[in-house]
Amino acid sequence: MGHQDKDERVILTTCICSGDHVKKWNQKMNKVYPVKIIANTSIAPNTWLLRCNRMWEFEAGQVVGISFHPDDEPRLYSIASGTQHHEVWILYTVKPGGLLTPQLSTRNKGDTIYMTDPFGNFVCREDKAVWIATGTGIAPFASMFFSGQHTKKKLIQGSRSKDGLYFHDFFYSELGRDYQPCCSRIGEEGCFRGRVTDYLANLEMIDAEIPYYLCGSAEMVVDVRDLLIARGVPFERIMAEIFF
Amino acid sequence: MKDLIGKEPLFGKTLSELEQMVLKLEMPKYTASQIADWLYKKEVSSINAMSNISKVHRDKLQENFVFGLSDPVKEQASVDGTKKYLYRSHVGKFIEAAYIPERNRNTLCVSSQVGCKMGCLFCMTGKQGFQGQLSAGEIVNQIRSLPERHQLTNIVYMGMGEPFDNLEGVMKSLEILTSDWGMGMSPRRITVSTIGIIPAMKVFLENSKAHLAVSLHSPFEEERRKLMPIENVYALPQVLKTIREFPLGKQRRTSFEYIVFKGLNHSARHVKELARILTGIRCRINLLYFHPIPDTPLEAPTDHIMQEFKEALEAKGLTTTIRKSRGQDIYAACGMLSTRELQKKNGQ
Repeated sequence: MGHQDKDERVILTTCICSGDHVKKWNQKMNKVYPVKIIANTSIAPNTWLLRCNRMWEFEAGQVVGISFHPDDEPRLYSIASGTQHHEVWILYTVKPGGLLTPQLSTRNKGDTIYMTDPFGNFVCREDKAVWIATGTGIAPFASMFFSGQHTKKKLIQGSRSKDGLYFHDFFYSELGRDYQPCCSRIGEEGCFRGRVTDYLANLEMIDAEIPYYLCGSAEMVVDVRDLLIARGVPFERIMAEIFF
Repeated sequence: MKDLIGKEPLFGKTLSELEQMVLKLEMPKYTASQIADWLYKKEVSSINAMSNISKVHRDKLQENFVFGLSDPVKEQASVDGTKKYLYRSHVGKFIEAAYIPERNRNTLCVSSQVGCKMGCLFCMTGKQGFQGQLSAGEIVNQIRSLPERHQLTNIVYMGMGEPFDNLEGVMKSLEILTSDWGMGMSPRRITVSTIGIIPAMKVFLENSKAHLAVSLHSPFEEERRKLMPIENVYALPQVLKTIREFPLGKQRRTSFEYIVFKGLNHSARHVKELARILTGIRCRINLLYFHPIPDTPLEAPTDHIMQEFKEALEAKGLTTTIRKSRGQDIYAACGMLSTRELQKKNGQ
């Protein structure tokens, strides 16, 4: 899960929901920790990288909940940093009118926010695999990459333009030919011109024996999954994580 | 949400929202209850027909609001009596509601979102992607503008979209449907179905009295996550733990929806595991036939598979029913009709 906000996730404080009830559930079910922001930097138009103190162990591919107050319902984000990093990295885009990200983007070094324990099962344990992401859907794969899980992995990263290929330089230098950036805008040097689905559709052969991990919008996940299935990949070999 | 001429609909507002609204318009507070009465209890469809509200106040309302009802734009009738209605949403796309008459009850299956973000492998709605949330008014309108609304006995939130990904709209719609000031329906006649978004499910369990249905489809996490990406975030054991921890009482029911895919999720191993994971939960399993959708790698089960699986589950003490397939001649699978309309609109 790359990011969630007003229009892309559940809004839990409806007019008929008792705030006290929600708080009780949160206190009971979600352990939240205060964490200090180390840095909060704009890395591309409308996209930010939040760096915080790390409080727990996690597996690359897991998510955390973030809130401004311990009683608020946390919003979920994939961790983008590696398991050996001393910091936690969260990649997010600012949604105008959103409940969390416009405010989050104004928080500075030293400010406190709240995070849950990490959770989720979008983890890649296979030796060989293909990772496919668009937008902030790159976060779980960035975490796997920075955790040293990138050997024998191919990464296909899609965006409209090159500035949306987050962590591009790291992937490019480490993965070489196993990194395929795709940009739908004309004139982006070093990128396949088109969407990730166009790239996959143009491949002469698709290896049906290895697992495919997808992360991005529902549209991307469904389109890529349909294409892979049509090209002979059994659905059992396709794992997906979605924004919601 | 506003209409094309920039006016907000009244239909879909809760009593507390109406109270805030009348205060803002400098009307007496009791006007809110009168408006709620006209919106949800009486068969009118214009602000002008709200005859116990003064002309001055009606004019004021008309300056700022529209009534907000919207008739279905298309209807399809199956030979088995099932009807599918297509409604236009405020985002200009289509949503579906399916009316399913049976001997003892008449059920309406309503949509909660335009499209869906959840990306389940077996779902046609997911292929549309996500196009917008439905407002409470748009959800309740599927019921209020249904030609058969007077025969309706049950409502299920099992149409397009994941209800708990639109918690605000769904909870408000439940409030309108079940409140004394609203439509006054019994919450025992309403079921909300989810794939298991735990935080929203907790809010629903705590704040509504309607029944809960959970889409299960496999008792094995590894298998379920290949069918339903949500498993990667909210895993089945945590979903079941949440249900176990919440006392539902005697009146309220949990059911598990289980689509059967030929050769995939109906083995003896599945029976054994279902019996194990559902131990201690007072529930019912509803087995559903998979309706094949275009380009799917999944197959529909035979009648024999369904019957055998049902008997095996019952032998383990699990209350199990087979849901009859209805409306197969009218794009029965959820999302098929609206996807067809969307494709037509996009010229595909």
